[in-house]
Formats: sequence, structure tokens, C-alpha cells
Amino acid sequence: MDAIPYAVTPRPDTGLNNGKMGVWLFLASEVMLFGALFSSYILMRIGADHWHRGELNIPLATVNTMALITSSVTVVMAWASLLEKNFQKFRMFLGFTILLAFVFLGIKYVEYSDKFAHNHVPSTDNFFGIYFVLTGLHGLHVIGGIIVMAWLWARSGDLWKTEPQRLVNRIEGAGLYWHFVDLVWIFLFPVLYLL
Amino acid sequence: MTDAHAHAEGHDSHDVKKHVKIYMMVFAALAVLTVVTVAVSYLHLPMPAAVVLALLIASVKGTLVACYFMHLIGERKAIYATLALTFVFFIVLMFMPLWGRTDQVHTGSMKPAHTEAPAPAHGH
Repeated sequence: MDAIPYAVTPRPDTGLNNGKMGVWLFLASEVMLFGALFSSYILMRIGADHWHRGELNIPLATVNTMALITSSVTVVMAWASLLEKNFQKFRMFLGFTILLAFVFLGIKYVEYSDKFAHNHVPSTDNFFGIYFVLTGLHGLHVIGGIIVMAWLWARSGDLWKTEPQRLVNRIEGAGLYWHFVDLVWIFLFPVLYLL
Repeated sequence: MTDAHAHAEGHDSHDVKKHVKIYMMVFAALAVLTVVTVAVSYLHLPMPAAVVLALLIASVKGTLVACYFMHLIGERKAIYATLALTFVFFIVLMFMPLWGRTDQVHTGSMKPAHTEAPAPAHGH
């Protein structure tokens, strides 16, 4: 018997396996976490006499937005590949997703380096304080996603042979998390870079 | 094909192909909307209009991701219930700064008070 019931098959009352329900509850808490920071942003923005506009690198952030959007497609394609029972295609798409996550972090590193070089640090003012907190927390989520997806990429072979449905569920859960990371960036991009 | 793999399939390949087509259409929409967001920012619209437009486009993009990539269209009631509760508290969070501002306006502490210089003492 599994340590966690309904890990693979749906639980009768929710109609969902417990892993998927757990991921959604986790994402609900994440909405509140980022929501609190967005709320802080609004408070600081409406109370500020001066706010930086156009000081962040819009072209780089646009490329990063495209990278995350593309990675959302590749992770859902990885899941769809498993439904088609094409394991090699699944690994290719999941590999692309991890690669795009690294591209995102690389560009963020370039952006941060540029800001630090100009002595723009979190303590500079409220704008850079909230910019580094929001993008830093988001970056930590990207790193978390990379760890989970890299683990799944490396360890999925055995699971696919023995318990394929469990692997499908895990990729679905990881994918939901990754889409959420993309969704947060979709709002961070205009709020921090364009407005 | 093993029994385990037969169970994992769950969807027929026609279903999956249909989904993949939708994913590609959503991807194209997201890419176009990203370009539109950036283009609009270069129009230098007045701030209220720029905020409304940018957040509107972001909301459309977010809805596409949630509905199609996260499969919220056709999800179970347990997830809808969880998200409905989350949405309510999220809205409360977003309006908190506004309530805070209103409160400060009433107490007169929003801006540093411009106190008048004390009247000079009339010495005798």
C-alpha cells in the first residue's frame, strides 16, 4: 500500500489524485505570497513622489518573457508526449524546458549585474527594493522548477517502465507549477518594466 | 503495450493531437500579446490608460495560460472551489493599499503635515 493514498488513482470525493490536489493548494498559497508583494508594490507606488520608469532593460525582459512562454509550451508538450507514449519526445521537451529556464536565469544574471554595476541595489530606494524582492523571489521559483524538472528528467526512465501513470501525474504537477511561474512573470513584466 | 502503459494513455492520440493544436494557437496568441504589450508601452499613453491597458493584456495572457496550459477549462469542482476562495482573498489583498490610503487621508497623515509657523510670542 502507498504511504500516500490516491497518489496515482483519483480520490472518489475530489475526482483528483492527491498529488494534483496538493499542487493546486500549494499554488493557492503562492498566489497569496505574490499577492502580498504585489499589494506592497501598489502601496509604495501610489505613495511615491518619484518612481523609476524606463530604467530597466525592456528588450532583455521581452526576450525573457518569450523564453518563459516558450518553456510553458514545451512543458505541456512534454506531458502530451507521455500521453502519446512517446518517452523520447517527452525527454526532449522537458530538456528544452530546463534549457529555457537556464536562459531566463542567464538573462536575469546579466540584468542584475548591470544594475549592481550602476550601484542600483535593493537599498537604493523603494523601486529597486521591490524590483529585487519580486524578481528575486520569482528567480528562486525558477531555480526550484529547474531542480524538480531536472530530477524528473534524470529519474523518469525507471518510473516510465514500472508506473507510467505516476510519471504522467508528476509531470502534470510539475507542469502546473511551471505554468504558475510563467503566469507570475506575465504580470511582473509590465508592472516592473513597462509602467 | 503493457497494461501499465495502456492505463497511462488515458487519452486517444486524436485527442492529444487536438490539444497540441490548441497549445500552439495559445502560444502564438501569447507571443503576439507580448509584442503588443511592449509596443503599447512605447506609445507613452497617460498613466491611467497605460496601467489599464497593460494589466488588461496581462490578464488575457494569464487567462490563456490558466485555461489552456493549466487545463482550468473542464477541471474538477474541488479545484474551482480552492481557486474561488483564493481569488476572494487575493482581491482583498489588492485593495488593502487603497483602504490604507483612505484611512490615512482621514487622519491627515498621508503627507507630512504643513503646519503653520507658530505665532510669535507677544512679549511685553
